[in-house]
Amino acid sequence: MSDPERELRVSKIRNGTVIDHITGGQALNVLAILGIGGDEGMGVSIGMNVPSDKLGTKDVVKVEDRELSQGEVDVLSLLAPEATVNIVREFEVVEKKRVERPERVVGLLTCPNHNCITNQDEPVESAFEVVDDGVRCEFCGEIVREDIGDHLAVH
Amino acid sequence: MRHDHLLSAGQLTREDIEAVLDRAADFADDPGLVGDRHADRLLALCFFEPSTRTKMSFDTAMKRIGGDTVDMGSVESSSVKKGESLADTVRVIEGYADGIVLRHPSEGAAKLASQFVDVPVVNAGDGAGQHPSQTLLDLYTIRERAGLDDLTIGIMGDLKYGRTVHSLASALTNFDARMHFISPESLRLPRGVQFDLHDAGARLREHTDLDEVLGELDVLYVTRIQRERFPDENEYQQVAGEYQIDAETLERARDDLTVMHPLPRVDEIAPDVDATDHAAYFAQAHNGVPVRMALLDELLREDGGDDR
Ligand SMILES: [Zn+2]
Repeated sequence: MSDPERELRVSKIRNGTVIDHITGGQALNVLAILGIGGDEGMGVSIGMNVPSDKLGTKDVVKVEDRELSQGEVDVLSLLAPEATVNIVREFEVVEKKRVERPERVVGLLTCPNHNCITNQDEPVESAFEVVDDGVRCEFCGEIVREDIGDHLAVH
Repeated sequence: MRHDHLLSAGQLTREDIEAVLDRAADFADDPGLVGDRHADRLLALCFFEPSTRTKMSFDTAMKRIGGDTVDMGSVESSSVKKGESLADTVRVIEGYADGIVLRHPSEGAAKLASQFVDVPVVNAGDGAGQHPSQTLLDLYTIRERAGLDDLTIGIMGDLKYGRTVHSLASALTNFDARMHFISPESLRLPRGVQFDLHDAGARLREHTDLDEVLGELDVLYVTRIQRERFPDENEYQQVAGEYQIDAETLERARDDLTVMHPLPRVDEIAPDVDATDHAAYFAQAHNGVPVRMALLDELLREDGGDDR
């Protein structure tokens, strides 16, 4: 990480949030889970598969002019359990947030069970209980363990 | 029991189950027991997929406890066909009735309905999900025939899509039951159900061959393997025969084995079993009325249920 060439790939931001140590390849899913599609106007920088001592390779996401809430940070844990989140103001890190697994996630994932009532055009948000090694639909009981990022609801 | 809704068997404790079964036994002895406590009360029967038996069973039970029912009718003839959401339908029906019995083809439908109404919702089958009132009558039958403790039960057939199986297995974790699940590989218990059973510390084993366990069983619970689950007819023919029983099969079983089935059966239990002492499936169906009387009496009472 001390190599200045590598640092340059993702430039410093003035105000906003830096999410570091994201599992390699998950950066776009992290943006999706945060509902950031790029057309909101804020600057977004993404570094994918950058070398990391801790993770081998990791992704980094910097979002300008937006400070993530603890709730938003917590849902990241499903995709990127090692992620660290720094809130930046005037180029300084003013707060470090730790990701913690939430007890449930609401409205964020689509149930992979096509016959689940949450996939039938009903006026209800999906809800998943977070279990030991995955998440579980509170309506139909379906368990999602692998590739949770594939089940992100489209924002 | 003091629940607002009956959505899945997992919400029932041993105490809840025993209270309903005891009460059902009282009703079986004396159907007039409840008096007119539920006079003028209405139960809505909302069946989004056909089920003559379950609907009639609830209908009868409600009338036997002094109340009445209103029936949504068939989906084909109702506004549901026009694309109305389930959430809207139940919110409208809530205005007519004191409770809703819901049968729906999608998993989680009853849970969803319960979030939109204040009257009790009874899940009478949600897709491949749950069918908890069936489980109560199954348990009633098992208790009468074999007892609920130190029980060895085989559950055979379509375990993947069989909602009666999912509910029954979940409820049995409250008791001292050894469960043997017998099915083709492709129709094994779904992992959500397995997860709950393991979580509850259930003792269970899976088999593809009934003969591995038949001799040990107190109860054999048979369900139908549905032809339409198989992409091709040959595949169906290959497995289906393996999971059919007849009087000859049962010669290898214990004399006091009880054979159950949620009905309707097609060809998984041969008619020659009917005349044997093993057959309990018609008695099981009849038990639906007193059990549902007890259940509805409990869910519909307005006094908080503490005057028993
Ligand atoms: Zn679901």
